[in-house]
Amino acid sequence: MNQLWIPFAAAGAVFVGAAVIFGADWDTPPVDTVQIGYRGTGMVQVLDREDQVALKLANVAPEPAYEPDPAGSLARDVYQNVPVLGHLSEDQFNELMADITAWVSPVEGCNYCHNPDDLASDEVYTKVVSRRMLQMTQHINEDWQPHVAQTGVTCYTCHRGNPVPANVWSRDLGPGEKGRAVGWRGGQNIVNKMAANTSLPTDALENYLLDEQPIRVHSLTALPDGTNKNTVKETETSWALMMHMSESLGVGCVTCHNTRALNDWDQSPPQRVSAWHGIRMTRDLNVSYLTPMAPAFPANRKGPEGDVFKVSCATCHNGVQKPLYGVSMLQDYVNSLATKSDTGVPDFTTYKPGETKLLPSSANTTSLAPVSGAVEGEKALASAD
Amino acid sequence: MEYQNIFTQIQVRGPVEAGIPLPRGDDERIGRPIYNKLAGWVGYAQIGPIYLGFLGTASLIFGTIWFVIVGMNMLASVGWDPIQFIRQLFWLALEPPPAKYGLSIPPLNEGGWYIISSVFLLASVLLWWARVYIRARALGLGTHVFWAFGSAIFLFLSLGLFRPLLMGSWAEAVPYGIFPHLDWTAAFSIRYGNLYYNPFHCLSIAFLYGSVLLFAMHAATILAVTRYGGEREVEQITDRGTASERAALFWRWTMGFNATMESIHRWAWWFAVLTPITGGIGILLTGTVVDNWYLWGMKHGLVAPLPDLWPTVVDPAIGG
Repeated sequence: MNQLWIPFAAAGAVFVGAAVIFGADWDTPPVDTVQIGYRGTGMVQVLDREDQVALKLANVAPEPAYEPDPAGSLARDVYQNVPVLGHLSEDQFNELMADITAWVSPVEGCNYCHNPDDLASDEVYTKVVSRRMLQMTQHINEDWQPHVAQTGVTCYTCHRGNPVPANVWSRDLGPGEKGRAVGWRGGQNIVNKMAANTSLPTDALENYLLDEQPIRVHSLTALPDGTNKNTVKETETSWALMMHMSESLGVGCVTCHNTRALNDWDQSPPQRVSAWHGIRMTRDLNVSYLTPMAPAFPANRKGPEGDVFKVSCATCHNGVQKPLYGVSMLQDYVNSLATKSDTGVPDFTTYKPGETKLLPSSANTTSLAPVSGAVEGEKALASAD
Repeated sequence: MEYQNIFTQIQVRGPVEAGIPLPRGDDERIGRPIYNKLAGWVGYAQIGPIYLGFLGTASLIFGTIWFVIVGMNMLASVGWDPIQFIRQLFWLALEPPPAKYGLSIPPLNEGGWYIISSVFLLASVLLWWARVYIRARALGLGTHVFWAFGSAIFLFLSLGLFRPLLMGSWAEAVPYGIFPHLDWTAAFSIRYGNLYYNPFHCLSIAFLYGSVLLFAMHAATILAVTRYGGEREVEQITDRGTASERAALFWRWTMGFNATMESIHRWAWWFAVLTPITGGIGILLTGTVVDNWYLWGMKHGLVAPLPDLWPTVVDPAIGG
């Protein structure tokens, strides 16, 4: 009998074996474990040492360029068109400009936002976007302390040396599923990069971090009373958001939940409360700050479906439970970024890149109120005790 | 040592076994039988001849139609890109219709293909089930395999037909895909407050692990007495020899109680059959009779109490 199959089988086995060993992204031992909950509940955080080393290197807070002098003439008296940062001293203002360049456009330099011949001009679209981003940072640090606490955020928390932060998202309908007679997949069943590469629904971020769809799917009674219409499909979408959060923070489900009763607040660690505010903060930023800027963005700064890039949990957290391991860069920028200054919102629909020298803003900003931002559906499903 | 191998060491070769004559009206068995050394290492070395008959042929045709409908929908779902089809194969699925269509027939490309393919899958499975019955009868066997297969079909129908009917929506059915059906399973447990507190899920797991344990115990015992001819189980039942006696004595010494050569298979059969039956009951109760198994478990003393480690944590949606 011909024995030729033996070398072929051996080669196949070697190929498959190598693919399994080297192709999969294993967390090889050793791992460290940290107990979170009561013994026996399996509430243990598992940390891969190699991953932790890489994350520590990638999440270092930079120092300010220099220590600026808070005294001296104000920026608004020295420069034109500085409504948001005009209250800084000239030195503080210049230092912050240097830092922002290092944080956001280290390669592109000042001219990424400025016309070098007229630094005050709004004609480069990134300048009006930056101003709104400064307002957003102030808004986060002042109004969203339930999530960011005193640690706060700076431009660097998200940007990390990139003009567009590495972890942003936009609507992605994926291949197929555009009015064909076959191939409908119900918004899921494809590699979902925003939900830890699962096959869970791809519209989860849109549903919860842009729209206000209720996240909670559980019934609060043991027996059905006909009020909870959620099916497995809503559960999968909710779960996709949870996978996104888990992946974004480099944590497991048990960081916020006792998984024997995922919905029960009484058994949840306090991190769940922070996360609850974080979801609402992210939604607020997407609704009040990022989406309204759509007219100012060129096509290459939008997703494949034409919507602007939006923030998610990963945008700030970058794989770490506390961004930059909890180091508060904000302490060096209390004057500029910790509290709101000018809150005027420009009308971006009137903005013409290259032409608009000055984009005026209306007096008031609108934003979802924090803390009391609970949506109706969640109140209905809030735990009774 | 020759009795402690993973593979069968001795392969007997003689004239191929054609099988007993078939009853009048049955089709011929197909194919010239061959010996295969590889097959002989794990099982019997002879492959073929194969009998399909009307039921087997029809079942395979219907099953193939289901398979092709699922596969073509998967391929279409990545824009007919064969490379993405291979790369994302485990992620792809044919998804049941959205809940808004209830039990009505949904549009073709919004679950319609799922319903159509399910009809073919159901026909395929039931035809094969009938074939198992008829073949067992044709050989003068009992119908144990037929009933065992029936228990698996009960679980399959509980998931894909009975429960969706009870819930009033085809959206409750399980997607046809590798990861998607696993996601469905986990999300099902999440939605209904943790299936671990479903007592029929408990029973099903007990029978499943029990089946595994019994299988391992039985296999180990029989392999251990192979040197005395213990693997010839049928003869040992009617004409006890040293192998059976030793095996029974070993069980009595080590566990205090022993199966007989016949009863061990009765145990294993019931454990195996009860796994999907209890599981199916657990599925049928979920969402229909019980909506949150954790709370049901609280009510009935199933949940271990835990100290409140985080008394300050309250639902922020209530705080306002």
